[in-house]
Amino acid sequence: MSNQQPIPGSDAGLLEGELREQRDAVRVGGDPALERSAVPVKRPFRFGKWFKATGWRHLVGIVVVAFALFPVVFVISSSLNPNGTLTGSNALFSQIGFDAYARILTNPQVPFTTWFANTLIIAGVTALLTVFLGALAAYAFSRMRFTGRRFGLITIVVVQMFPQMLAVVAIFLVMTAISDWFPAIGLNTHIGLIMVYLGGALGVNTYLMYGYFNTIPASIDEAAKIDGAGHARIFFTIILRLVAPILAVVALLSFIFSVNEYVVASVILIDTENQTLAVGLTKLVSNPRYADWAAFSAGAVIAALPVVLLFLYLQKYIVGGLSAGAVK
Amino acid sequence: MSTTIDEDVATQSATPPTKRQKRAARIADAASGGIRSILIKLLLLGIVDAIAVYAILVLALSQEWLVLAVVVGVTALVNWIYFSRKTLPAKYLTPGVIFLVLFQVFVLVYTGYIAFTNYGTGHNGSKEQAVSSLMAASLERVPESPTYQVTVVDQLGTLGLLVTDPDGDASLGTTEQPLQSVDPTEVENGKAVAVDGWTTLQFADVIARTNEITELAVPFSDDPNDGAIRTPDGSNGYLYTSNLEYDEAAGTMTDLSTGTVYSDIGTGAFTSEDGTELLPGWQITVGFDNFVRAVTDTRLAGPLVYVTLWTFAFALISVATTFFLGLFLAMVFNDMRMKGRRYYRVAMIIPYAIPSFLSALVWAGMMNESFGFINQVIFGGASIPWLTDPWMAKLSVLIVNLWLGFPYMFLICTGALQSIPDDVNEASSIDGASAWQTFRHIKLPLLLVSVAPLLIASFAFNFNNFNVIYMLTNGGPRDTGAPIPVGFTDILISMVYKVAFTGQNRDYGLAAAYSIIIFIVVAVISIIAFRRTKSLEEIN
Repeated sequence: MSNQQPIPGSDAGLLEGELREQRDAVRVGGDPALERSAVPVKRPFRFGKWFKATGWRHLVGIVVVAFALFPVVFVISSSLNPNGTLTGSNALFSQIGFDAYARILTNPQVPFTTWFANTLIIAGVTALLTVFLGALAAYAFSRMRFTGRRFGLITIVVVQMFPQMLAVVAIFLVMTAISDWFPAIGLNTHIGLIMVYLGGALGVNTYLMYGYFNTIPASIDEAAKIDGAGHARIFFTIILRLVAPILAVVALLSFIFSVNEYVVASVILIDTENQTLAVGLTKLVSNPRYADWAAFSAGAVIAALPVVLLFLYLQKYIVGGLSAGAVK
Repeated sequence: MSTTIDEDVATQSATPPTKRQKRAARIADAASGGIRSILIKLLLLGIVDAIAVYAILVLALSQEWLVLAVVVGVTALVNWIYFSRKTLPAKYLTPGVIFLVLFQVFVLVYTGYIAFTNYGTGHNGSKEQAVSSLMAASLERVPESPTYQVTVVDQLGTLGLLVTDPDGDASLGTTEQPLQSVDPTEVENGKAVAVDGWTTLQFADVIARTNEITELAVPFSDDPNDGAIRTPDGSNGYLYTSNLEYDEAAGTMTDLSTGTVYSDIGTGAFTSEDGTELLPGWQITVGFDNFVRAVTDTRLAGPLVYVTLWTFAFALISVATTFFLGLFLAMVFNDMRMKGRRYYRVAMIIPYAIPSFLSALVWAGMMNESFGFINQVIFGGASIPWLTDPWMAKLSVLIVNLWLGFPYMFLICTGALQSIPDDVNEASSIDGASAWQTFRHIKLPLLLVSVAPLLIASFAFNFNNFNVIYMLTNGGPRDTGAPIPVGFTDILISMVYKVAFTGQNRDYGLAAAYSIIIFIVVAVISIIAFRRTKSLEEIN
């Protein structure tokens, strides 16, 4: 632990590649002290000193990256393996082919594309409506003073401590009752599942948004009000645009949550062609020994790719949202 | 209810606006809305009201007066809120609150109610439903009874029987609707073959729907003891009566073949003197029975104890391992001299970006004892029981959860470390502190201040981390001694799910009772968390 922080002016880490490093450091918003102290003088390369300063860090990095990525490498390799079984997947990249992708996309027994579309629809609609309902509530809490405001905020913080899946039995029975009267929004329907998910819309999301809304100065509202804009107009045309970054974060977190959600989805969606990826794929490999492992891997790669890309693309924003309390 | 929106958060202690000012603000607000926004508002409210009227009609037909009253009340409230000028905050809160109340607050309360009932397989409905399904299940043909000529008819997917009795009179009925006299529109050789509003099934249809037709039992009259007409072939029907006789006044069922009397003794099923139950029974409230059963029945108490202990251990160890690995990595990579940190960072975030149910399923494949990648390749053909030995399975769950969770902690700790100013280093090194002392006594406490609430949140999350348990081990290996489907890596929430929705007997009552236990634990954790972080006091 003796080398945790760069000590300005020390020569321990100044190596052959120091100029490039410097640029790296500046680019990632590094320590300006390092930039100043860097003296472009060539010094003989001493492995011991290099290893003590940064070399061991690379060693740790390589070990961790191997731990983090080997399941990913494994699943990509087995998805490219035309041979279907789990055993056949063990020799990494021994065979390359796209048969498994064709199988998962066309197998009539496994409606993978339907599951994929269901997941996108359910998670997408839920994310949009969650953002909308949450933003409405956050606007009220942030911009208005009314009786019960403090109570409302505290209720939201307290209620979000109890995840919906705790009440899965009751949710199932309520939906069963609803489908007796209104089959279109009851069990085995996407609308029913989306409605259940919207029960969680005013939770941590509202709180995240409330904090962000408070950073928008109220003088903007006042100016618009003087110009004759009503509350709805201020909300829809001014505030919503100013808080767009937090809307994107909440939408993404909500989307990822719904993609991952298994408990409620498996209880409400009964027919195979109505199910989501989480429910369908879990059933598909419920016995990995006999399952078509290569086809599952191909499906997993297709399913994970959009989420991973979206996540890496919006990484900066998400990390901000994470430290505000969202956990996966 | 004040409705000014122009009050700044910082100036809320200023003098409140007078009544006249408020009124002026309201009038200005109302005057500023365009005709278009009013039309949109009317359209949306019209849609809501139309749906509400439809719902009220449906509920009135099924005579659900309580639910109907709630729908009427909510609709009236919504209309008042959006037409009144005094309810500005409510206009913004109502849509979310409706869903919150129904699918978060109400269902939690309802879970509490279910915990006090015997709801589950065999106890699903009312007593009347139980009586009619018991009678229907024990039908037998009345010996030497006359043959009825029948025609199978269909109305919007519901099958019915058009019955012509030996006297030539026609009547029609379905499973739910007892036989009623009708005037047939067509009669062939004394047999009614068609009636208004119903489609007569052709021979090919009868063959195609044989299974449905042979299941069909049309009650002879309103009294279940009169029996039902059934048809084995779709053209001849016979009177079947139940082996059971229901005496409504005494509340008893009598088995006519053996003479055994089953009576309603308040347990939600007809029970004979020797304790045999006739199932299905019906739903009743059972007081604290589920809770008492959960802790006193030795076959249930054992699993409850080890599942609760494991839930705490799993959540605590998961938070600890992910936090320390994340913190260690954050310190290792928080060095400006190191090249390529960005690439390491992206590679390490990948496990966090992949949907966790997929990761857990992939790990389940890799940890397979006989064919998995880990045993076959990394351990060279060893057969380590990763997922099938009770203790190894616990270790595997923790390893996989470490893999899933350490990137989150790494991101959090990196952020927290970077927010600690570098002056701390200089100051402490001038005072003669070693690097370890600086870390242990200055940086770690500073870091914990900002990270502690997130660690508590992470504990609460892992306490209910269903996916990793269910997808990886399915809670297994199964505890064969327990009467409920529970295994050695089950946590409370996965046990709730398995008791309620998997296995031969669904026991909603017991599952809801377990949910209440989780509810109490989570409540205690939140109270501690709020006490420590005082986050509620910041709300103004």
